[in-house]
Amino acid sequence: MAEQPAGAPAAPTDATEGDFTFTLNGRPARGRKGEMLIAAAERAGVFIPRFCYHPRMKSVGVCRMCLVEVTGPRGAALQPSCYLEVTEGMEVVTDSPKVKKAQDGVLEFLLVNHPLDCPVCDKGGECPLQDQTLAYGPGESRFVEEKRHFEKPIPISDLVLLDRERCIQCSRCTRFAAEVAGEAQIDFSGRGEMIEVSTFPDEPFSSYFSGNTVQICPVGALTAVPYRFTARPWDLDQVESTCTTCAMGCRVAVQSSANRLTRILGIDSEPVNHGWLCDKGRFAFESVNAEDRITQPMVRRDGELVPTTWSEALDQAAAGLRRAMTDGGPEAIGVLGGARLTNEGAYLWARLAKGVIGTDSVDAQLGDGLPAETVLGLPRATIAEAASAATVVLLCGDLREELPVAFLRLRAAAVDGTTALVELAPQRSALTPLTTSFLQYRPGDVVELARALTGTGGPPQGVDAGALESARQHLGSGDVVVVLGRPSLAEDGAMVAEAAEVLAGLPGVRFLSALRRGNIHGALDMGLAPGVLPGRVGLEEGGAWFERAWGSVPARRGRDCTGILSSAAGAGDDESRVTALVLLGSEPSVDVPDRDLARRGLGGASFVVAVTSSPGEAVDRADVVLPAAEAHERPGTTTNIEGRVSRVAQKLVPPGQAWPDWMIASELARYMGSDMGIDSMAAVWAEIERLAPAYAGITADVLDAPWARDGVVAPFAGAPVSQAAVPLDPIAVPGVESVERQGAPPRAGSAVTPTAGPDGQVTVEQGTGGQGEGRPPVLAGPAGINAPHVAPTDSYSFRLVVGRTLYDGGTAVAMSEALTPLVTSAPLRVNPHDLDDLGITTGDLVRVRTARDSVVVPVAADPGLARKVVATELNVPFGDVTAGDLIDATSPVVELRLETP
Amino acid sequence: MAVTDAPRIVTARIDHPDSYTLERALATGAYEGLRKALTMTPEAVAAEVDAASLLGRGGAGFPAGRKWAMLRQSPVTYLVVNGDESEPATFKDHLLVERDPHQLIEGVVIAAYALQVTRAFIFLRGEFALGLERVQAALNEAYAHGAVGADIFGSGFSVDIVVHPGAGAYICGEETSLLESLEGKRGFPRIKPPFFPAAIGLYGEPTVVNNVETMSNLPWIVTNGGAAFAALGEGRSTGTRLFALAGHVRNPGVYELEMAKTTFADLINAPVLGGGVRHGRELKAFIPGGVSAPWFGPDQIDLPLGQDEVGAAGSMLGSGSVVVMDDHTCAVRASWRITKFFSRESCGQCTPCREGSGWLERIMERIETGRGRPDDLDLLLDACDNIAPGLTWPPQQTTICVLGPSIPSSIHSAITMFRDEFLTHIKEGGCPHG
Repeated sequence: MAEQPAGAPAAPTDATEGDFTFTLNGRPARGRKGEMLIAAAERAGVFIPRFCYHPRMKSVGVCRMCLVEVTGPRGAALQPSCYLEVTEGMEVVTDSPKVKKAQDGVLEFLLVNHPLDCPVCDKGGECPLQDQTLAYGPGESRFVEEKRHFEKPIPISDLVLLDRERCIQCSRCTRFAAEVAGEAQIDFSGRGEMIEVSTFPDEPFSSYFSGNTVQICPVGALTAVPYRFTARPWDLDQVESTCTTCAMGCRVAVQSSANRLTRILGIDSEPVNHGWLCDKGRFAFESVNAEDRITQPMVRRDGELVPTTWSEALDQAAAGLRRAMTDGGPEAIGVLGGARLTNEGAYLWARLAKGVIGTDSVDAQLGDGLPAETVLGLPRATIAEAASAATVVLLCGDLREELPVAFLRLRAAAVDGTTALVELAPQRSALTPLTTSFLQYRPGDVVELARALTGTGGPPQGVDAGALESARQHLGSGDVVVVLGRPSLAEDGAMVAEAAEVLAGLPGVRFLSALRRGNIHGALDMGLAPGVLPGRVGLEEGGAWFERAWGSVPARRGRDCTGILSSAAGAGDDESRVTALVLLGSEPSVDVPDRDLARRGLGGASFVVAVTSSPGEAVDRADVVLPAAEAHERPGTTTNIEGRVSRVAQKLVPPGQAWPDWMIASELARYMGSDMGIDSMAAVWAEIERLAPAYAGITADVLDAPWARDGVVAPFAGAPVSQAAVPLDPIAVPGVESVERQGAPPRAGSAVTPTAGPDGQVTVEQGTGGQGEGRPPVLAGPAGINAPHVAPTDSYSFRLVVGRTLYDGGTAVAMSEALTPLVTSAPLRVNPHDLDDLGITTGDLVRVRTARDSVVVPVAADPGLARKVVATELNVPFGDVTAGDLIDATSPVVELRLETP
Repeated sequence: MAVTDAPRIVTARIDHPDSYTLERALATGAYEGLRKALTMTPEAVAAEVDAASLLGRGGAGFPAGRKWAMLRQSPVTYLVVNGDESEPATFKDHLLVERDPHQLIEGVVIAAYALQVTRAFIFLRGEFALGLERVQAALNEAYAHGAVGADIFGSGFSVDIVVHPGAGAYICGEETSLLESLEGKRGFPRIKPPFFPAAIGLYGEPTVVNNVETMSNLPWIVTNGGAAFAALGEGRSTGTRLFALAGHVRNPGVYELEMAKTTFADLINAPVLGGGVRHGRELKAFIPGGVSAPWFGPDQIDLPLGQDEVGAAGSMLGSGSVVVMDDHTCAVRASWRITKFFSRESCGQCTPCREGSGWLERIMERIETGRGRPDDLDLLLDACDNIAPGLTWPPQQTTICVLGPSIPSSIHSAITMFRDEFLTHIKEGGCPHG
């Protein structure tokens, strides 16, 4: 496609922008106040070679590669252009013999100790040192001495190896760790030419962001375990896509060789990830390559799953579902999952469930989310708006564990001092040290705390009055964005939703979702939740519209995940029991916090269809297994936490007989006797654009437009879209300039062309915001959640907090070779005073009694917890059990007793 | 010229064996300058220093009074004393901190008063074990005596002084690197601009950084007046100065001499000073101001010990260290040894210094050990040129700090002055000096 290459610096058109004029190689150029000379020159089309300079980090001026001649009061002198702010009238020469000699000299010096092992170096072929030596360096080597020697690669973390001989001491990695990730776990030791990047004694580089240091390393000094020695860069194909490991929606370059994924690199997206990725997003691609993927349809015959054809599997699935409907009506079918689907897949599955089968008991959230109406109806903020808000209220889990790159964005805002963080949580998070107010509440008290914060109620017991007062002052000064997720999985999501709706009473407040599952926001937008229909409309408001389009819609609101599983498990005596389950890429015993409920639900269903790509308990229980293509194996779109719709690309041919998710839905509908009239993914998108109100106007042409490279936020307002303001780091995204974007090829006369205004802003035709043309209104305003009341407890009871950790027992980690060893055990964390009362200490065992069960687990002291509150993480080993065994989804909070065993 | 009868200003007390004690110091006039200063306005004290035209004694030779005047236009937050004297053959501050710590402390308090700062730091080379002990002991005595701390001598002026030991890196003598180290970070020099200590110094605040010897001159200047100090010496080089004489002389040591009125010949040859080249040998060359300075030959021995005079002749008085080489000295080995020092002490932050110093050292080693090549001299000079473009004096630099352009000095000098010796090494495959 003839468009701006993905990895290229910002469009050269803005070279004319600026506050003043300076002279660059004898020609006038425009500079901006506060801009570094190297960036101003780059905008003017003059690339100055560099190693240490990175546009997303503070300059240090250490590599000296960017020396240029600047005329000052004492004549022309060599100055580092990355460290010098461009000023009006500055005279700069970048191509004089003196500059050339300095560049030659620096490159020659860099090569003094740099081994010439390019033929066996992973970086060879995409190496900034190689490239710039070729472009700017001396032609031949004058160095005949012995080079510096170090032990060849040493691991500095489980994922990153360091070859100190190759290091050119640019400090990009150490600065990234300290400045961007806030984890200064690597730094220089030694001096002179023996200076080396080191970890601290006995402290590995354990950052969740360590892979970024590999990507920005300008030589092959840092290599990542999953990529090391697996490919040569020139053998790789790549495509630009969106990461769906979590819901952040980071832009990535997906690289493969011989139909296997080899590497994921971050692409700089101004509104989203600024080039960074978390290690899970970067390395979990191994799960796609895993050998034990489900690749063929299977049916259960005489108790055994046996491979079969798609037609037989679909026939069996349709028959089983029809049987359940005959016996118990459409509501006898429950659909669980959907966050791993594309928007197109989610939409067709929603249409299959709600329009064809007729059940509203559909839930893409697996008991770890929030009521869909709350998420969809509250006023929305973008990530950029949150990162520039005067105050951000964190009512969510630990973002570093759940949405790591969102953590980076908010951390940067807090560190810059532009944003005050107010955190409402039952335990500390990675952002807590950066908050201006940390309001620690006891599980169950979140609604009361929200009321206190908005001045509509008194503070709950134990909340710091000073912090509360300070928080209230921040809420009253400037714009407020609430980051809304689940502070604890052992606390009813409805309570958090009610608290959010209380906070919605603050003037001008907006919300940014912190739900974490891959495409959960696309799934909710497409109607994969009870009570909603595609395009963020309520079942009631949108019923007539979709009935006209689909033929029918569910008669009444269905069950959520907890309701579906409880019903399938046979709890209660309702007449329309769920007897058949469709699992859309979900693994209930891992994904659903209440593990006991998940197992009972799965066991209680008489017919289970698993649409999946990976083995597990779902497959073990399934009567029909339909193999689905994974991320990077099918094209489509995804929607991130801020509602940004962007393309995901197909890089691989799906293994075996796996199909894209939308195709499975379309075919299953046919086998159930209903042709949805869909014959391509493009047709699905066209239908979404036409029917789903919040997606109106987001046509394929819009998504393919060059200015929509970062995606488009739904509802599509057609608002001004500014070009990327910060140039990408051309030496850190090797080769991504050549990435091809996927999408429909441009058609003559159909492309949406932006028109550049006099201010350089690009505007497109005003969108409809999803309204009009008979479309139902999108959800707006509080859903009126009334959470169950939590009774006060006796003084012996503890309340449980369950958070998440990035490397948990989830499918992506479990199937990624490099990440699996990073799963650690999580003891039950207890306030040290409570441990004293029990007469035990860190490492000891404690017996935990819940209403349901009694287990023995190890404890650890955590002074950050309030008294009578205990905490742990979901899905990591925890004695012989996991936290999921303690959670009771039907109870608003989890109370337990601790006893010495 | 000859050795003058100028008074000893900073070494007046050191002949007493107990010169470092408060008792001896008080008996020999210590803290009288401070008492006098406290009766004056801070501006008047600064004016005396300005009138003295006291050039900084650390190496760069910037007038202390002018440095203060620039800072007095905006309030200064910290005073930092640079006592990280670490260059080979430089040991004059060493003498002052060990033998007269009270003079140093008195000078620091006077400077603090003139600058109206309430916090001062004395950064001492970590290897000065005895010096650190004595300065700390003297500081404790001075606190007890009321000369440091709150309400000094009842004047209402207060300043606290902290003694901070360096961690063993030469680079921390570079003032911005010293500040980084003082802040608890790695000793990496900061980039100037914008990190001139006067603008963005310690903890980002305006900071005065002065040398130990500079501080030690202040009590005398306040007591006797800036004019009396300026009357000594000649031109911009006023007062007396300590010279650390090292190398092949009969009497190496630290000598306090009137600036500009005395010559290198006096220092090296006068019987009461250096006593001449040892073993009756001939002078081959000398380094006039520390190993980062270009060398001089015997024909320049009559240059006066003045800052501008030495500068005009293409070198510097620098840190006041004079290294004498006799005619048995191998110029190659001498400059190799100096290069090796810089290579070991390069902080490693920026490329030309980190890599260039190691490469130059290896080439020098090759030549000295008989593996030199005919092209090596051009290579050496060109690599030097890539650190200090043009090989001019004062040097230009591709590096962040001045350690970089210090590396080429000895190589450039040795090749320029003793090219034949290099060629002999290369031709004969080894060192003719054995």
